[in-house]
Amino acid sequence: MNIYAIRAIYAFEMARTARTLMQSIIAPVISTSLYFVVFGAAIGSRIPQVEGTSYGAFIVPGLIMLSILTQSMSNASFGIYFPKFTGTIYELLSAPVSSFEVVTSYVGAAATKSVVLGLIILATAALIVPLRIEHPFWMVLFLVLTSVTFSLFGFIIGIWADGFEKLQVIPLLIITPLTFLGGSFYSISMLPPFWQTVALFNPVVYLVSGFRWSFFGLADVSVGISLAMTGVFLVISLAIVAWIFRTGYRLKT
Amino acid sequence: MPSIISVTNLSKTYASGFQALKNINLDIREGEIFALLGPNGAGKTTLIGIVCGIVNASTGNIKVDGHDIVTDYRASRSLIGLVPQELTTDAFETVWATASFSRGLFGKRADPAHIEKLLKDLSLWDKRDNMIRTLSGGMKRRVMIAKALSHEPRILFLDEPTAGVDVELRRDMWRLVRSLRESGVTIILTTHYIDEAEEMADRIGVISKGELILVEDKAELMRKLGRKQLTLQLQEKLESIPSALSAYKLELSDNGNELIHTYDAREDRIGIAALLKDLDEAGIRFKDLHTTQSSLEDIFVTLVRDGK
Ligand SMILES: Nc1ncnc2c1ncn2[C@@H]1O[C@H](COP(=O)(O)OP(=O)(O)O)[C@@H](O)[C@H]1O
Ligand SMILES: [Mg+2]
Repeated sequence: MNIYAIRAIYAFEMARTARTLMQSIIAPVISTSLYFVVFGAAIGSRIPQVEGTSYGAFIVPGLIMLSILTQSMSNASFGIYFPKFTGTIYELLSAPVSSFEVVTSYVGAAATKSVVLGLIILATAALIVPLRIEHPFWMVLFLVLTSVTFSLFGFIIGIWADGFEKLQVIPLLIITPLTFLGGSFYSISMLPPFWQTVALFNPVVYLVSGFRWSFFGLADVSVGISLAMTGVFLVISLAIVAWIFRTGYRLKT
Repeated sequence: MPSIISVTNLSKTYASGFQALKNINLDIREGEIFALLGPNGAGKTTLIGIVCGIVNASTGNIKVDGHDIVTDYRASRSLIGLVPQELTTDAFETVWATASFSRGLFGKRADPAHIEKLLKDLSLWDKRDNMIRTLSGGMKRRVMIAKALSHEPRILFLDEPTAGVDVELRRDMWRLVRSLRESGVTIILTTHYIDEAEEMADRIGVISKGELILVEDKAELMRKLGRKQLTLQLQEKLESIPSALSAYKLELSDNGNELIHTYDAREDRIGIAALLKDLDEAGIRFKDLHTTQSSLEDIFVTLVRDGK
């Protein structure tokens, strides 16, 4: 195991975050705060409690998930796409590092940022709305698993992308709609029956539901299913990454 | 001398269907400076890319110090430092950070003293805290060399290291290459400045259209293929070459002052002795003589032309 390489790449990626603190941390915190103001305070004040929780608090887990998903993807995809774009990837390809080490360091760094970001947003939210976390262990588990899974997704996108548009297109066209429709701002049970069934095909529903359960003990689907689905996404991402490295797909000619 | 890199039956066909390398067999000896010469598009960068793990081979195999580059890539790549042809560097990293990063990437424990020495040797010490994007092209090239040497490789690949660099850097570069060789590092370089190969290399490989058409000791190559010219400065002008000397390949200079004899370095010297004797008998006296040997460039041009 090339521990020095993992450490070097991880530190390199974290340094990149530090340099771009504005985009990486501050911007998501600001936009999340705006959601609170609009949905939580302005609109939420007209919405009665959702399943025993004030609307402002109810949307917190969904908002954190929203940020985690988009930031994990953009961080990880950019982290691996940029060296391809500039050509510095040559060094990674010629180094004595295994694909496992490459993935661990890039995805580890992106996931670390997401977890930190999630916690910062959580702290910000706690200043605005009264929050309770019933299952802190599960909360952290969902946070970490989701960060890792979507960082892996981002990593895959970064390798697949051969232009900046492709880097944006999946997060924008697929993930953002899925997240908005995934019960971040409402409970699935508020939907008409037909749409409730449709929603169950949306993977994000399971993530948000499980995460929300860890806060308030209420969930759209059972927490076991949420956890299982999160695990399934993780395994799918890992399988794709393994395939990419076995075939050299888009990395080597 | 034992070989440190051994390439066997290597071919490469790109996804486009283009065959960039055709059945290459090559052994690089430990400690030598090997120059790979060839026109643009010959396949030099492809060959280096495959040895370093950047490009996948289509067929064939390569061993570096006995380690297969595919199945035992960790061992083989640890031994290699690569300075690629293109200037590709991170923009926002400092010189110090990027060199230290490379060392870690290649699995070596941090060694600030080594990085410091390296940056000093490459005249980068003053710039160690500068962001790479603020450096000139020549300085960036030095940074790439520092990165390649950061993990103390036993083999160094330099892909067209002096293309488009200034004289000073070129001189520094060759000084560095020499001192690396003295410390036992094997160096493989590509260049199209043939004078450099001629000056630096121990052995030379010529590659053209994906085929390795020749590998030879430089001196041997010069001896075998070098044409020599013997120029005689005559005491008296000649109008024409006397028929008694028609057996020799002689030319008369335009002003009639010089007689030029062209011969293969391979031909034995007796030919020259005979020529001088025959000149004497023909009553042609000369006040001075000198010989010139064709450069690698001439050899190279001939080879690539004949290879077609
Ligand atoms: N990724 C690629 N896909 C298709 N053809 C390529 C690729 N890379 C290089 N080539 C072709 O392979 C040949 C050899 O290229 P290269 O190894 O870069 O030559 P050199 O370094 O000797 O100039 C060239 O004709 C080049 O166009
Ligand atoms: Mg080249």
